Amino acid sequence: MAETVLSIEHVAVHFGGLVAISDMNFHVDKGEIVSLIGPNGAGKTTAFNVMTGFLTPTKGAVKYCGADLKGKKPHEIADLGLIRTFQRTSVFPNDTVYDNVLIGLHRQGKVGLVEAILGLPRARASEKAQRERAAELVRWIGLDARANDLAGSLSYGEQRLVGVALALAAQPKMLLLDEPVSGMNASETHTFVQLIRNIRDRGVTILLVEHDMPMVMSVSDRIVVLNYGRIIAEGPPETIRNDPAVIEAYLGQGAKQIVKQEAVHA
Amino acid sequence: MKQIVTLLCLGFFVSVPMWLTDPYLLNALITTGIFIIGAMSLNLLLGFTGQLSLGHIAFFGIGAYVSALTSLGFDVPIYGDFHIVHVPWPPIAGFFLAILISGFCGYLVGRLSFSVRGAYFVIVTISFAEVVRLVALNWVELTQGPLALTNIPSITIGLPGLGYLVLKTKFHNYYLVLAVATLSYFLISRLVHSHYGRAMRGLMENETLAVAVGIDVTRTLTLAAVISAAIAGAAGSLYAHYIRIIDPDVFAFISTVTMVIMVVSGGKGSLAGPVVGGIIFGLLPVFLRPIMPPEAQWITYGVVLIVILFVMPRGIVPSLAAKLGLARAGGTRRASSAVSERTAEEHA
Repeated sequence: MAETVLSIEHVAVHFGGLVAISDMNFHVDKGEIVSLIGPNGAGKTTAFNVMTGFLTPTKGAVKYCGADLKGKKPHEIADLGLIRTFQRTSVFPNDTVYDNVLIGLHRQGKVGLVEAILGLPRARASEKAQRERAAELVRWIGLDARANDLAGSLSYGEQRLVGVALALAAQPKMLLLDEPVSGMNASETHTFVQLIRNIRDRGVTILLVEHDMPMVMSVSDRIVVLNYGRIIAEGPPETIRNDPAVIEAYLGQGAKQIVKQEAVHA
Repeated sequence: MKQIVTLLCLGFFVSVPMWLTDPYLLNALITTGIFIIGAMSLNLLLGFTGQLSLGHIAFFGIGAYVSALTSLGFDVPIYGDFHIVHVPWPPIAGFFLAILISGFCGYLVGRLSFSVRGAYFVIVTISFAEVVRLVALNWVELTQGPLALTNIPSITIGLPGLGYLVLKTKFHNYYLVLAVATLSYFLISRLVHSHYGRAMRGLMENETLAVAVGIDVTRTLTLAAVISAAIAGAAGSLYAHYIRIIDPDVFAFISTVTMVIMVVSGGKGSLAGPVVGGIIFGLLPVFLRPIMPPEAQWITYGVVLIVILFVMPRGIVPSLAAKLGLARAGGTRRASSAVSERTAEEHA
């Protein structure tokens, strides 16, 4: 059996009387690409916030590589190699693309304060290594032509790429992508799917939240469907595509009848 | 290019006392220099972490008092017959103690107030400065209150084999201030160009994202506050030993405002900004004094400030750099060369 990287155990999140997530249970294995989907307001982003320490769950536990993340701050969770990207504000807008990635490399360059200020050899070497690594990442993500432009001046699609490069700079073992292809056109999305596969091939486990169904279906090994704060289906793309509960959640009760009838006629 | 300009400016500042003999102007330069050090320390917080400290003069004043009291000594009754007696130490010890204690105060204020950010931080710092001022005013046994601490000795430097050098003249003090200012400038420069500085910039621009890539908010901001306060303390100590008399007026709110004006007009977030802004607004009153009546001086001061910010809203240094095409020269040029180097290797 594959090694479990992330497991969500009986997690519930309540905002006052509102139940954002009622009882969530799922796990992600090493090297998998798993998608978390569901209609708007189903609790997907809330789930991300719980996993990365931005929210404390009301009940339940999030375990990463066997360790409970309870009480850990977001930056401590990032230090463990569980890195996320964001839906909207995914870059440092007033810095160049290259500097964005350099900031993302923060976890790598921990030299002592005195060393950094005196410019001792170890600090210089670390600084040089970081600059090289940043240049390499910018090129790898395909933005070397934009390296010196302010990240805030890029198109949405490009900003998403910067966000991913930033997250990769933090050397994730597991990457959480929050709607990475929203704002991208079809060909950008296609390239992005390739990119996600490449990242996985570098040994990074991926969990993504996404609305673009064709993209989700083509990239995922497994899909988890969330509706009204609970998981209604889980399985490989083919199973999910035909799951009546999923079709109902997305299209409503009537649609289920139509789909059924069409299935009969087919 | 940038380094050459920096070195040329430094060379110019070193040469000043050789041709400028007017003691009044030299005095103005020294006090301006001390305030520029304060403004540079404020810039570290305001320009590189985005936190506005409107009580920054507190660290300056604490540095001044710590340094003065260390070199003057004191005898303070605490309870009944119990006294704390301190025998005078050499002023240079006061200078280093001022840095340490101001830095520690920066740590406390940072720890207490960085859980609250923005407007709350501004209020906490204003209150802190006011509390410290009231202590200095009312703890007469220690600080002499409004009677002021007088006869503060000048800083003395021991030279191995050459005896002692008492930095009493303006000529000496000018170089002392220039040395401390240069050191502070390079310290801040190294800091903001290291990964500590990038963490600060990340937090300022997009805190949520910064946290998500593993940047520790409290640690980073506290570090900035400590270093900023320590440098301000050093400036305060220089002030005490140069002016040689201090009273609770060193904590005046207007002094913080002056530093903020220096930073914002020169360009916050730019290393040279506080120096340029400091020279303009430190020396402007000196040059206006002989040519116009007092009321008109302050009106002119205000008009100059407004015009600068109207024409160059980001501050003098960043705006000029953008005009000359030097914008972000440092980072950008290295970025492109690093990328092209990689590409060259690839093609080879």
